[in-house]
Amino acid sequence: MAKPATTDNLDTARAWAAAAAVPDPEVPCVTVADLGILRDVTIEDGVAVAHVTPTYSGCPAVLAIELAVEAALLDAGFEARIERVMTPSWTTDWITPEGSEKLRAYGIAPPVRGSNSKMALFGETVITCPRCGSSETTKVSEFGSTACKAHYTCKACAEPFDYFKCI
Amino acid sequence: MTGAAITHSHQFEAVLQLADDHLILGQRVSEWCGHAPMLEEDLGLANMALDLLGQSRALYAYAAEIEGAGRSEDDLAFLRLERQYLNCLLVERPNGDFAHSILRQLYFAAFMHPFWQWVSANSTDETLRGIAGKAEKEMAYHVRHCGEWVVRLGDGTEKSAHRIKAAVVALHHYTDELFQGSAAMATCAEDAILPDVETLRPVWTATITNIFAQALLEVPDVAHPQTGGRIGEHGEEMGHILAELQYMQRTYPNLQW
Ligand SMILES: [Zn+2]
Repeated sequence: MAKPATTDNLDTARAWAAAAAVPDPEVPCVTVADLGILRDVTIEDGVAVAHVTPTYSGCPAVLAIELAVEAALLDAGFEARIERVMTPSWTTDWITPEGSEKLRAYGIAPPVRGSNSKMALFGETVITCPRCGSSETTKVSEFGSTACKAHYTCKACAEPFDYFKCI
Repeated sequence: MTGAAITHSHQFEAVLQLADDHLILGQRVSEWCGHAPMLEEDLGLANMALDLLGQSRALYAYAAEIEGAGRSEDDLAFLRLERQYLNCLLVERPNGDFAHSILRQLYFAAFMHPFWQWVSANSTDETLRGIAGKAEKEMAYHVRHCGEWVVRLGDGTEKSAHRIKAAVVALHHYTDELFQGSAAMATCAEDAILPDVETLRPVWTATITNIFAQALLEVPDVAHPQTGGRIGEHGEEMGHILAELQYMQRTYPNLQW
């Protein structure tokens, strides 16, 4: 059932829209909402509170993301505050299906959902090339251009690509 | 000032000890930045250092919150004296060659992975469960990455096998301290905040034994375990690490940027 359209609900929706549109600083093809980093936006005593969760422990973008979300809320005319949410922990499963599709279109292979071979030595999860769709790919490096990505290359189309690591 | 010492809770001390392990190892591993044998490993080591520093930040911030004495995560990381650091000796060992650094990382990650798994599944402390949820996955990557390297080195050339064997001789007797815990850790284990570290030994041993078997390495018996870090008794190198780590804050107190 739809909630009655009170001023508060309208404000909450408008604040969410403003915060949700902020692009990720390192992967600008997706927004903080696509990645599931923005958990919620609430209005508390007239202040828009954005609940933001870090991705990786050492993610250097955490502060940049928080500042950008705060700035977006200020631009939309709100008083704003950021609250850092630690639980439940973010995992790549928080990335929305639209977010995954945007990553693929941008040339980054999205994380394989529920992948569980992280402890297997020399274990290889099959990663599909985001350009040609081939599964004939090989890992070049466990660590890629940012902390959240690994580096792969496609044997079919010979293109290198990033894989958004599954955590 | 009355001069009365602040009594710290067991929880504060246990979280601080964890934070110190991660900070000091993170500082050590970051010394590799720009010096690794190949670009992939330069990125790999820098990424692992970043994971450790990120985990230490979350832990220091939480320790500061528990203490409630107005100290910040930066105060705890940068403004304590050597004897006040509670990290184990393993994490302060010098980088040595690539084999030494990779093996040290494997020893530590093979311990922290089941540690965080336990916290994430069982801890009565919600903040630590949140930190653990991320850290356990990051540590799983470290175990795999370093484990693969130990196998490559051990089952590689005569020279690489020689180097990883030397690393085992140099570092294995520092691993026992991981399972010794401390009075603070023991109290936290009773309250189901943190695991009883001794119970993690079989998992750690199984991980190391499995990797060493593939790497054609022997797991040595430790006759004389090296300990002391948990009560602030560190090796000669610790002062050198802190000199570099704390340089800015000591030279320009309260510096910010
Ligand atoms: Zn392709």
